[in-house]
Amino acid sequence: MHAEWEIVGKEGLNFFGKMSASISHEIKNILAIINENAGLLNDFTIMADKGIPIAPERLKTISTKIAEQVKRADLIVKNMNQFSHSVDEQIQTITLHDLIEVVIKLSLRFAANRGIHLNQQPAVSPVRIISSPFLLQNLIWLCLDKTMDHTGDKKTVSIIAKSVHNGVIIKFTYAGTIGEKSDTFPSAQTAALLLLLKAELEINDEAGELILHLPASLLA
Amino acid sequence: MKILLVDDEYELVSTLAERLSIRGIDADWVTSGEDALAKLTETNYDLAVLDIKMPRLSGLELRKQIQTIQPNMRYIFMTGHGSAEDFFSASSEEGADSYLVKPVNIDDLITKIHESLARRALGSTGHSE
Repeated sequence: MHAEWEIVGKEGLNFFGKMSASISHEIKNILAIINENAGLLNDFTIMADKGIPIAPERLKTISTKIAEQVKRADLIVKNMNQFSHSVDEQIQTITLHDLIEVVIKLSLRFAANRGIHLNQQPAVSPVRIISSPFLLQNLIWLCLDKTMDHTGDKKTVSIIAKSVHNGVIIKFTYAGTIGEKSDTFPSAQTAALLLLLKAELEINDEAGELILHLPASLLA
Repeated sequence: MKILLVDDEYELVSTLAERLSIRGIDADWVTSGEDALAKLTETNYDLAVLDIKMPRLSGLELRKQIQTIQPNMRYIFMTGHGSAEDFFSASSEEGADSYLVKPVNIDDLITKIHESLARRALGSTGHSE
């Protein structure tokens, strides 16, 4: 178990860093948009000083755009905050839909860079488990990252969490072929996470599904 | 002087183009590398301002493709990386012409546009800046 924790610890930092970098990139873009709109307001003021009238409608549009970006930043920071607090307690009761939603939101830029659409299917009823939120987020990200590389022409990965008789499953639906005996997947990092989370991985390329089987409680 | 701005952030690239236009710079804009390549088949540009991280076709990859269509074009990159050092570590192998870290100062951008085009007039390739 010690070796697994070592792998997970090192790679966990890598995961945390990757997500943080993506978030900071998004925030930089938002700041850039606000900066340009503030600059445009300043341009209009200078033009007004020179006697060129400003259309009130333009000011309203700019104000709306700035407000939209502030809202966008607020959502990103909210997700970042949730993500950061996932390391507060090693084991927690987790509502899977919410946890998956955070991972998806944090992964949107990575998906967009590959032209992939991520789709979270609504849960029929809330699915809760007792597990490690940070390790589970890391594992979900690794599965998402892998399936995003194998979507074929559909360019979509759908994710759904369901309760089953002996625990829960998280199903990733893609359209391509991962290969059940892939040399690179599951990686050492994925294998270590699977062990620590008492999870099992099932790849069904025929159905285009990757399924994570998780126990209802890590403490059981 | 004709400039092409390429960034997947619509609100950013459209506003930047308007601000350049207020300053007398003729700037078209698109929100993807694919649209940029389509635009280049109908219009000649002196310089392109490219976001580095864009879906499907990055700014650096786009530059490679543009070079085969309009070899005399100049490039300025915009990056959302935290710092210039981050940018250079990410792109040193590619050889950056010139870069700006977001949020961009419009006066800095205009200065870089003029500098880059002045260097082109002098015949510099600009790959060692």
